[in-house]
Amino acid sequence: MSSTAVIVEESNKNLWGGGTAPMKASYGKLMMWFFLLSDAFTFSALLITYGLIRFSHPAYDGAVAEFIFSQEYWPIPEKVFDAVPFLHGIHAPLVFVGVMTFILILSSVTMVLAVEAGERMDRRSVEKWMLWTIIGGLTFLGCQAWEWSHFITGTAEGGKLLDGSVFYGANLQINQYGPSNFAALFFFITGFHGFHVLSGVVINFIIFYQTVVGKLERRGHYEMVEKVGLYWHFVDLVWVFVFTFFYLV
Amino acid sequence: MSVTEELSHHDDHHEEHHEQGFIAKYIFSTDHKVIAKQFLITGIIWALLGGALSVIFRLQLGFPDLNLEFLRPLLGKWISSNGKLDSEFFLALVTMHGTIMVFFVLTAGLSGTFSNFLIPLQIGARDMASGFMNMLSYWFFFLSSVIMFVSLFIETGPAGGGWTIYPPLSVLPQAIQGSGLGMTLWLVAMVFFIASTLLGGINYVTTVINMRTEGMTFSRMPLTIWSFFITAIIGILSFPVLVAAALLLVFDRSFGTSFYLSEIFIGGEALPNMGGSPILFQHLFWFLGHPEVYIVLLPALGITSEIISTNSRKPIFGYTAMILSMVAIAFLSFIVWAHHMFVSGLNPFLGSIFMFLTLIIAVPSAVKSFNYLTTLWKGNIVFTPAMLFSIGLVSFFISGGLTGIFLGNSALDINLHDTYFVVAHFHLVMGSAAFFGLLAGVYHWFPKMFGRMMDTKLGYLHFWLTFVGVYLVFFPLHYIGIAGFPRRYYSFTNFDAFSTFTDLNTFVSIAAIVTFGAQFIFLFNFFYSMFAGRKAPLNPWKSNTLEWTTPRVPGHGNWPGAIPKVYRWPYDYSKPGAEDDFIPQTVPYSQTTSSNFPHENELAKSEGAEEGGAH
Repeated sequence: MSSTAVIVEESNKNLWGGGTAPMKASYGKLMMWFFLLSDAFTFSALLITYGLIRFSHPAYDGAVAEFIFSQEYWPIPEKVFDAVPFLHGIHAPLVFVGVMTFILILSSVTMVLAVEAGERMDRRSVEKWMLWTIIGGLTFLGCQAWEWSHFITGTAEGGKLLDGSVFYGANLQINQYGPSNFAALFFFITGFHGFHVLSGVVINFIIFYQTVVGKLERRGHYEMVEKVGLYWHFVDLVWVFVFTFFYLV
Repeated sequence: MSVTEELSHHDDHHEEHHEQGFIAKYIFSTDHKVIAKQFLITGIIWALLGGALSVIFRLQLGFPDLNLEFLRPLLGKWISSNGKLDSEFFLALVTMHGTIMVFFVLTAGLSGTFSNFLIPLQIGARDMASGFMNMLSYWFFFLSSVIMFVSLFIETGPAGGGWTIYPPLSVLPQAIQGSGLGMTLWLVAMVFFIASTLLGGINYVTTVINMRTEGMTFSRMPLTIWSFFITAIIGILSFPVLVAAALLLVFDRSFGTSFYLSEIFIGGEALPNMGGSPILFQHLFWFLGHPEVYIVLLPALGITSEIISTNSRKPIFGYTAMILSMVAIAFLSFIVWAHHMFVSGLNPFLGSIFMFLTLIIAVPSAVKSFNYLTTLWKGNIVFTPAMLFSIGLVSFFISGGLTGIFLGNSALDINLHDTYFVVAHFHLVMGSAAFFGLLAGVYHWFPKMFGRMMDTKLGYLHFWLTFVGVYLVFFPLHYIGIAGFPRRYYSFTNFDAFSTFTDLNTFVSIAAIVTFGAQFIFLFNFFYSMFAGRKAPLNPWKSNTLEWTTPRVPGHGNWPGAIPKVYRWPYDYSKPGAEDDFIPQTVPYSQTTSSNFPHENELAKSEGAEEGGAH
């Protein structure tokens, strides 16, 4: 142990002097960080877009209990996202999306455990925790699919359009819940995030496969798990913001 | 520990020399030098095409009565039956000229070429951090180029809404043919282009951080590397916003959303779109668009710093100030975007804030200009073609930069916005300046790229024709702009107020054609010298940087033996007491005791200790 400490000290002195990796990270890990930084700007741009369009529409200012869907104002999210599978007709605001969020965050925890197992070179544990992470990701995607289909189908009452006709559900042009951009932004941004989750699941699966066939063990380190872990945590973090913007504000 | 192991393993891998097949060596190559040349050649082809497009629309603007029937074999139905250029195609020409020049020539052609070529060579690395991603970066760019090129030939013509593709014009094919398939292809091409830029940028930044040779601290890095490093960071942070903007535009165009559209009445029909905002697009676009200007310019400034210092035989004046001003420019570039939108209905108070921030850019820019001039001051100037182009860049940077101070004023901009004054301004400060940086770089590093020298006399001829030509083209445009003539207009002749400028426009067009013609001198020189030029000496410009310690034509891995160590900064030119007027970075202080400063003598002592104790 003592010799290790000495090496660290020595390399600290010349950390930026060239011939070393000054951030003590391989180039692959640095690249992942820079990519995530870049991607963060994409999501920021989209969320700023959401904010700008959201606030260019009037908000509902009546009593919450009397809220009805209208094209005149932006809907209250609790009134839109209040359905839970198998519990038809029950008003359970944000319960389902709360469960989804919890699952995604849980999958981040399992990812941390996979990375930790990788550092111990514990192949069996890496396999186990990667698999749980993949299952978590797939469950989230499944939940999102259900939520989307419910959103697209709409409620039994539907909502009145400006010309007085009643419309059920939502598409990219019109929706029963409110102004057209409400649904368009919902589809676009949660879809863009969902696409990231999907890519994450695919990448996770590739790494899981490489672990199972022993490729990473032969390589001598499980850094790939750490790299996909960074991506997976990022996707999680972004969801927290998307969730805040769409469901809480 | 694992990191070092991986790094050294990586190095070993590159040292193995094995003959590769033609495809692995020249087409799907992962060698940074080959990729750089691929970017350069593609960039040159695009530059010719972009230049040719500008000649066509200059013909229309300078010779409004000219019968363009002779262009029919090339342009087909875009020449009307009475020999005139189709007015919508004119817009497409302007759009494609801008797109090609800004993105394909001055972003990919400049950054792609020189970041790839110089980063590993000047920091002392065998190759980029990830050669595969580097190759991917080029091939995404190639794919993007193919799509953009194809869009020139489709029936409805290429994109026609200006290179800034503002909605609603770019969304509605009812408004202009160019907003049909041409615009779709434009967006698809740009998606691949951005992917390419991102792959490249991530690679550049990581390589600079992780792959520097021993002794190459950040404070010993050549300014070229600093500029590529900062440029790559700007790209990583600004292009993703264009991704967001473009994707939203794709949805508006193809899937009926209204992110950018609201209350539009066109062709006797009211569109159903409600609730979006075209101004939103402008904000998102210029959040990329403004940093993009510096993505184009900074590499050119870095290249110039290096060339001016080398050929003045003097250390660069204000090395740290040069770096800090680049960092300042990069930072400011992200918070000035709304100066492109002063007349979009922007709150005047916000306008004055953006004006203030914009004008601050004049400070670091002036620092750089003065540093160039003070480096030249009393130097033993060697007028190589590269040096001339670098000095030309400084000239454009100053004369174009001064008009930027006019345009940055939100009040003056009301008058000047979208006139030829703006066209003149950015063609000088960003277009021509960056283009000169590109040419300077090619002339300077040609010996390292191809192992042969370019012809100097042809270089001089090319320089003077281009330098004078550029001023003859763009100086008169300032007057036309102040007179109020808007850019992107098909014809001057419909307005009496501008008829006095007909001669001036003819003059500009002739100058543009001559300048364009002068580029063929360069082309000849470039391709002729590549095969038949005089063989280059190892260090033709007596330069200090590491790339000149490689063999004449460096192979895969750059240095046949160990990577050289670095002991000093790259600007020890004409150091008092030194034997020669340059001391390469690889010469230790212990070997130059006659010219060392006191603190360098101290460093000389530790040099030996380091070598003894490191391994």
